[in-house]
Amino acid sequence: MFGFWVYLMTDCILFASLFATYAVLRHNYAGGPTGMELFDLRYVLIETMFLLFSSFSNGFAMLSVHRGSRSATLKWLLLTALLGLGFVGMEVYEFTHLVMEGNGPDRSGFLSAFFGLVGTHGAHVSIGLIWMSVMMWQLFTKGITPVITSRLLRLSMFWHFLDIIWIVVFTVVYLMGVL
Amino acid sequence: MFQSEYHSDLFGRLTLSAIPYSNPIIMGAVGFSAFLGILILGWITQQGKWGYLWKEWFTSVDHKRIGVMYIVLAVIMMLRGFSDAIMMRLQQAYAEGAGQGFLPPEHYNQIFSAHGTIMIIFVAMPFFIGLMNFAVPLQIGARDVAFPFLNSVSFWLTAASAMLVMISLAVGDFSQAGWTGYPPLSENQFSPGPGVDYWIWSLQLGGIGTLLTGINFFVTILKMRAPGMSLMKMPVFTWTILVTTVLIMLSFPVLTATLFLLTLDRYLDMHFFTAGMGGNQMLFTNLFWIWGHPEVYIVILPAFGIYSEVVSTFSHKRLFGYTSMVYATIAIAVLSFVVWLHHFFTMGAGADVNAFFGIATMIIAVPTGVKIFNWLFTMYRGRIEFTTPMLWTLGFIVTFTLGGMTGVLLAVPGADYMLHNSEFLVAHFHNMLIPGALFGYFAGYSYWFPKMFGFRLDEKWGRRAFWSWLVGFYLAFMPLYALGFMGMPRRLFHYDNPIWQPYLLVALAGTSLIAFGIFCQGAQLVASIRNRASLRDTTGDVWDGHSLEWSTASPPPFYNFAKTPRVDTLDAFAHMKEHGIPYRSGAPFSAIHMPRNSWIGVAMGAFTFTFGFAMVWHIWWMAVTSILAMLVLIVMRANDKNVDYMLSAEEVARVENDIVCATPPATGGLANLDPITQG
Repeated sequence: MFGFWVYLMTDCILFASLFATYAVLRHNYAGGPTGMELFDLRYVLIETMFLLFSSFSNGFAMLSVHRGSRSATLKWLLLTALLGLGFVGMEVYEFTHLVMEGNGPDRSGFLSAFFGLVGTHGAHVSIGLIWMSVMMWQLFTKGITPVITSRLLRLSMFWHFLDIIWIVVFTVVYLMGVL
Repeated sequence: MFQSEYHSDLFGRLTLSAIPYSNPIIMGAVGFSAFLGILILGWITQQGKWGYLWKEWFTSVDHKRIGVMYIVLAVIMMLRGFSDAIMMRLQQAYAEGAGQGFLPPEHYNQIFSAHGTIMIIFVAMPFFIGLMNFAVPLQIGARDVAFPFLNSVSFWLTAASAMLVMISLAVGDFSQAGWTGYPPLSENQFSPGPGVDYWIWSLQLGGIGTLLTGINFFVTILKMRAPGMSLMKMPVFTWTILVTTVLIMLSFPVLTATLFLLTLDRYLDMHFFTAGMGGNQMLFTNLFWIWGHPEVYIVILPAFGIYSEVVSTFSHKRLFGYTSMVYATIAIAVLSFVVWLHHFFTMGAGADVNAFFGIATMIIAVPTGVKIFNWLFTMYRGRIEFTTPMLWTLGFIVTFTLGGMTGVLLAVPGADYMLHNSEFLVAHFHNMLIPGALFGYFAGYSYWFPKMFGFRLDEKWGRRAFWSWLVGFYLAFMPLYALGFMGMPRRLFHYDNPIWQPYLLVALAGTSLIAFGIFCQGAQLVASIRNRASLRDTTGDVWDGHSLEWSTASPPPFYNFAKTPRVDTLDAFAHMKEHGIPYRSGAPFSAIHMPRNSWIGVAMGAFTFTFGFAMVWHIWWMAVTSILAMLVLIVMRANDKNVDYMLSAEEVARVENDIVCATPPATGGLANLDPITQG
């Protein structure tokens, strides 16, 4: 568990580098659109709610694990995964929309930094979803064992960590980009 | 995006013309490497050793085996990196005025880029990681690292990345943008071919392996020390490794991010660092060196740790100033994060910023000085034994101090404006890396070799190697200081100033002497293996060591300690010897929980290589398949219940008994590497 926590801290440094990059490139519009023109805060709010509530349901999943209830855990994990999938889906839609308009990451330094930071977060969430589906399958076939419990603990640490990173992302990128 | 006119779905942009048929030098190198490779593979086959190698080494999760494999990788890559060095020296010795040398600029650029990348990432890193893998668990009284399987994966990721660099010789070319890969030169606009991609992926994938090792050893040292061994009772080498792992964990993610962003620029047309469209090249330089400077402290701190062990052992004295050594190491680590700009004073950050970083750079020399004085005070009034490890250390102390002073000169921004990217700089950093880091690894190699294999290394050849390296180093690099003052820039494939040429000829002579030194090290190994019966280490404590690794047999049993030792003081083993405390326990033994070997690490390495190769050549189906295969492997490992076993107390007793009763077998130490059944 300590080892995984330490890994999460290194992941934090990775995101810190991407934040620094965004901070440097955030006004490099290259004649293209700015954040104010592109970001729809209502959309991002809904997206954020998906992720926040998925962290909430993840908490309930872990409570179910400690209670020893396999079926409850599976249900809460499924809800978490679906909410997470909702988040990723909305993000993919947003990205696709931007690219279709010609405002993809190849448009400017600002957009590269945007896609790089937000996209890396989204990729982490997607990997978390794959991990979650493997865990659900393992839970389903083997039940609640000590090994699976400790893996679920790590997965939930990962999930909450990504939630925290997202809060910083939408503050720095979306909120400060629009203000 | 780079679109070769030869782009197919099956082979990406790879074509047969990627093999440099028309370049006799490269084809010669490829042919020679292939010949050597076939020779070695053939010999292994002829000896029927593949099963042994697979079962006992490649699939091993034993830190001692993994450590040795890392060192073997480092030595092989050193031969390649050194060949690059010889070629550069030859070119520069003769490419003056009308002379053109034998290397065209495109080739020369690849050589210096490969040389730097290989020496730092694939020689220095694996070398100290191998030494730390072998020694640290033994020093802290542990049976293995915290995550043995991850340790195996880390090794194979590193090996796969090294192979990516090696294959760039035969298929395509390597980066021409230096080991630092600055944009916009490293962007598609100016480097459209596979070269920079080889550089990116070998660093990226190898960097992941290193990061995992950092995490592994950080957790190991903090959580798996023997009872009674508080942090301030750890051997100094373990301390330096602990601090190094912190540096690794804090800096390597930055490298991962930086290379990732450059990858996005090259593969998806993004504009992080491009010239125009909102890219910022200074951003790359800053990010790169925020990793790059801690990186050089990552390679030097383990060497400092080795010197501490060697100096105290061969002065037959406790290390002077243990506490200040620990704090000096921590200070160096902290300071290493606030000096990175000294790599680009001339980029235009302004006088105030330059002043801050210049002063910080000078300050970082102070804790290093503390260490040097501590080593000197350790030697003062000691009974010094001039063994090979001690010779390497003494060579280091003198030569590194001189080179360190040139660093303080370079730390002055005004001076650096004249000396930046000159041969003076080249001389300075080689003065840090070779006598600093590399001599340390050589000392560690000679110091721990008896523990690894059960017999000492030949001293005569060791001395020859040392003196050849030392004198060769001075001949090869002191002229470069002078050349820097005379205005010669680095990375030149040709020049028009005849005054410089004699200096470069001397440098070539020095390089040849170093080559002889390397030959001596090879001869040392051969002679030692031949004479292993007479060089046998019968007690496990061949140097009268101070730390716990010397309390085990040579080589140690695969579980290290039959009973976890109890530690009460610093220099635990010396204390045990002085007070007659038994350290090889007798019966009764208990069962020991051991990890099983695993082939998955090897497989992950293989797919890492195919992934890297596929990404370089834009073979997308192969890249996706490699990723999916690695995912499958991870899931397989997650579902594997059979990852460990209990070694019975009777089995432990049997192995311990064999150690006690062992008389030197006629076949010698290598027979101690008998296959150990692991159920």
